[in-house]
Amino acid sequence: MNFWLVLTVNSVTFGGLLFLLASGFSLIFGLMRIPNLTHGSLFMLGAYVGGSAVVGLLGFKLNFWLAAVLATLTVAALGALVERFLLRQLPGDQLAQVLVTLGISFMAADFCLMVWGGDPMSVATPDGLGGFARVGTAVFPLYRLAIIAIAIVVAIALWLLLDRTRLGAMIRAGVDDPDMARVVGIRVSQLFTIVFALGAGLAAFAGIIGGPILSVYPGLDQDMLPLALLVVIIGGAGSLLGSFVGSILVGFIYNFGQALLPELAYFVLFLPMLLVLLLRPQGLFGRHMP
Amino acid sequence: MTAMLTANNGTRLAVLGLALLALVTLPLWMPGIYYVNVGSQILFYAVFALGLNVLVGYAGLVSLGHAGLFGISAYATGYMLQLGAGHSVAIVVALIVGVASMAVFALLSLRSSGIGFIMITLALGEILWGLAYRWISLTGGDNGISVRGRPAPFGYSLTDPVHFYYAALAVFIVAVVMVAIFVRSPFGASLMGTRDQPRRMNALGYHVWMIRFYACLFSGLLTAVSGILFVYYTNFISPQTLALTSSAEVLLMVISGGPGTLLGPIVGAALVVVIKTVVSGFIERWNFLLGAIFVAIVILVPEGIVPGTVRLWQLITRKRVSAPAANAEAASSEAAP
Amino acid sequence: MSRKVTRRRFMAATAAGAALATFKFPSPAIAQAAPFKLGLLTVKTGPLAQGGIQMEQGVLTYLKEKNNMFGGRKVEFFSADTGGSPAGTKTKVQELIERDKVDTVLGPLAAFELLAITDYIAEHKTPMLSLAGAEDITQRRPNPYFLRPSATSAQAMHPMADFAAKELKLKRVVTVSEDFAFGHEQMGGFQETFEGAGGKVVNKIWPPLVTPDYTPFVAQIADCDGVCQGFAGSNPLRFMKTYAAAGLKFPVVTGETGGDDALLRIMGDEFLGMYSCCPYTLDLANDSNKRFVAAMQKDFSVDPGFYAAGLYVATQVVDEGLKLAGGKSDDHEALTKAMRSVKLKDTPRGDLSFDHFGNVVGDFFIRRVEKANGKYINKTLKTYKNVSQFWTYDEKTFLSRPVYSRNYPPVKS
Repeated sequence: MNFWLVLTVNSVTFGGLLFLLASGFSLIFGLMRIPNLTHGSLFMLGAYVGGSAVVGLLGFKLNFWLAAVLATLTVAALGALVERFLLRQLPGDQLAQVLVTLGISFMAADFCLMVWGGDPMSVATPDGLGGFARVGTAVFPLYRLAIIAIAIVVAIALWLLLDRTRLGAMIRAGVDDPDMARVVGIRVSQLFTIVFALGAGLAAFAGIIGGPILSVYPGLDQDMLPLALLVVIIGGAGSLLGSFVGSILVGFIYNFGQALLPELAYFVLFLPMLLVLLLRPQGLFGRHMP
Repeated sequence: MTAMLTANNGTRLAVLGLALLALVTLPLWMPGIYYVNVGSQILFYAVFALGLNVLVGYAGLVSLGHAGLFGISAYATGYMLQLGAGHSVAIVVALIVGVASMAVFALLSLRSSGIGFIMITLALGEILWGLAYRWISLTGGDNGISVRGRPAPFGYSLTDPVHFYYAALAVFIVAVVMVAIFVRSPFGASLMGTRDQPRRMNALGYHVWMIRFYACLFSGLLTAVSGILFVYYTNFISPQTLALTSSAEVLLMVISGGPGTLLGPIVGAALVVVIKTVVSGFIERWNFLLGAIFVAIVILVPEGIVPGTVRLWQLITRKRVSAPAANAEAASSEAAP
Repeated sequence: MSRKVTRRRFMAATAAGAALATFKFPSPAIAQAAPFKLGLLTVKTGPLAQGGIQMEQGVLTYLKEKNNMFGGRKVEFFSADTGGSPAGTKTKVQELIERDKVDTVLGPLAAFELLAITDYIAEHKTPMLSLAGAEDITQRRPNPYFLRPSATSAQAMHPMADFAAKELKLKRVVTVSEDFAFGHEQMGGFQETFEGAGGKVVNKIWPPLVTPDYTPFVAQIADCDGVCQGFAGSNPLRFMKTYAAAGLKFPVVTGETGGDDALLRIMGDEFLGMYSCCPYTLDLANDSNKRFVAAMQKDFSVDPGFYAAGLYVATQVVDEGLKLAGGKSDDHEALTKAMRSVKLKDTPRGDLSFDHFGNVVGDFFIRRVEKANGKYINKTLKTYKNVSQFWTYDEKTFLSRPVYSRNYPPVKS
């Protein structure tokens, strides 16, 4: 009984983390139509930068939450630069976008190895969240429950941003019909930079939030990128609700698949992605396929 | 105009002949057996890239799952040999498995094009990787499958690296000729038509889906051939060969060299293999260098190294040649060699 | 950062060192003027880089100590990065043997890399000293040019199981390890000895090498009084974290990679009380180890672990072997034989010799993670002397059993 309960809670936790990672990816994909293959690297960079600030490698020590803010802002700024100076030059050219985002991810991975070395970096659980919650005989780490809460808060904030602000309205218009958006006078190029920076920042935030449970190590980028892709394809590009549902779904499939069907774990993980692509190419909640 | 064209063809034939001569005599002038082996690797990766280029360059369909096809042919070879089959049986089975898998890939992925096609092939590639990685009772998982020995067609044992090089070269030349014929054939023209004007092609009565399907099979065949060469070259196959990064790597070979050209994928394969094998011995941060080169290609020669070089060359020579028509002519014939 | 020694820079240093050394000892170098070429296959990029970088540091430390001279011969060192992939390992071993014409290969790191090249090495008759697992290369499928101066995958697990059953009095253990040869063989060895001593392995769990979150596997640990983990690279760190986060308190035992000394500086409280068995221990108080640890701390500002020590010792064996072969390296068969006959006392891991398969016979240390002065340490509790790959089993009986694998020995219900 405990086994099922623990796995269920963990599925939601992992789903929450995936949501933080994938929601930005989904916006970038939905709005800009860029298959951003650097997203795993942004996650890893965020984890390294934030982790270094927590441990004090940068010459100063920050509390976990301040470190998370620092990592988010740093990587968001980096994302804005990449968009301005590279991706901006390649509108609509998917081959070039694939080449350049993959190239950057190679460079980022090697850069991290050069700066932080091959040793894994462990990020301490933030103060006050190191304990446990007990339900019967089952034990749940507080921090994992906190991740669920953080994911919900971020989801609500993103929903408010998209639904209630002028910026959100522009983004939604851009996702639905970029040509029309341009015609009605939305400055799409500026919008792209903002969305890309937002997505990069969210990925970095996910990286540092995931740090205490995943730790940071070379290869983390390659582990996370396919999961983010899964979420976006299943949920639908550009759809916030889709990212949320998709993340939780992938969290469940990942956890139960690994535990119950180890030999077919990746098969059952990617099968839903395939089914969605075949039966409902726009994703469960997407409006259209980019 | 005609004189210009024939002169151009003459030069081209001469260059082609020289390149062929260089390739055939390579084991004689390379400083050691190690470089002959690097040559073999470039050749079979070039076949792989040529196969992917059929889809990426000529059909406008970008696949991120080709390492799965490459790997499944390699696994089929290794698995058959492990069961005690002879080399010829193993190779035939591997070809069938590779092309049949491509047929399944095509049936599923040709429902869409553009990003949809990328994502479906990516999912299929990841499924094949996941099976190779976790279906331990069949594949041995991370332990991989070792292949002992290499075939000896007509008593010519490929265990010798130079012999293997010549076998790879023969396969490579056949592949290049096949692709060249394919591109110039009416079928190739209609394939490029589906790339540029799918709706118009449909309206003209072409069966777009079927054309793409055959192109996929052709691509699958070349991929399977290169997978078999790979497994005989390394004598080993493990799940890493099927990973997304491997699919990305071969796609990078095609895009960096110049998609939709005959020479591009070959140049791209040479670039990646040389950096991975030779340059990595001298530069510790070779991954960074590789990434930087890709970014530089996008900035400097976005159409790929081969067409980009041609364009830059024309920019330089334009100042001297006063007949722009001749250049336009040359450019149009370069675009579809 | 001083640890990045590029190849060219190192070759320059080698040449300078050689000039100095020749000045000091002019006579023995005359007969064998050609340098001795030593190659290393390691992993400096990707997820296995942590151990791989330490491997290179271990070799460099020994070479520096010897002024880049083995006996009277200058040493030329070639380091190659396999990227942690079997295909890359094949390419790089060709680079070392066919292009650089090395006399001896050190490495590779991982069992699946070793499996990909063992036939190639035998074909090219080049001595190779590796710390990778894949037991059968010194057992049922012996490679005549191979030496393993570290340990087979199961070699440390036999004493660990003995200790767990007899001293920790564990009765029912769940094993968790990566799903590849090294993990399978470690856990097989543990089970064989543990069950022979009256214990029982109740469940064997196999997460894949790449596992972002271990919770689905940790959730299956139940109905036991102890856990044996066999993780490698950075995975022990992440496994122990998840284990502690699940509120589990059973004692944990592990092998040389799971409790590697190099991980100490990044460990957390979740490691306290973990037992490990290793063919090297940081706190071994002999001269050789003190020299080695001091040099590693000085040159690379790190504490050495199993990977660095393993390669330091391997280089030491090459040096001694070359001496026994009279400084001649042309006859690779004789050179391998000479290396296999090496017996050393003053190494960072203590006494060592080889069995007739080229596998090490040496001391194994049982340690426990403790905290002293705010630092985590592996405190040695017991030393098993002269442990061979066959443990206390008869060699013939041992070899007549199947090689340890995912399904052998089977879990008895």
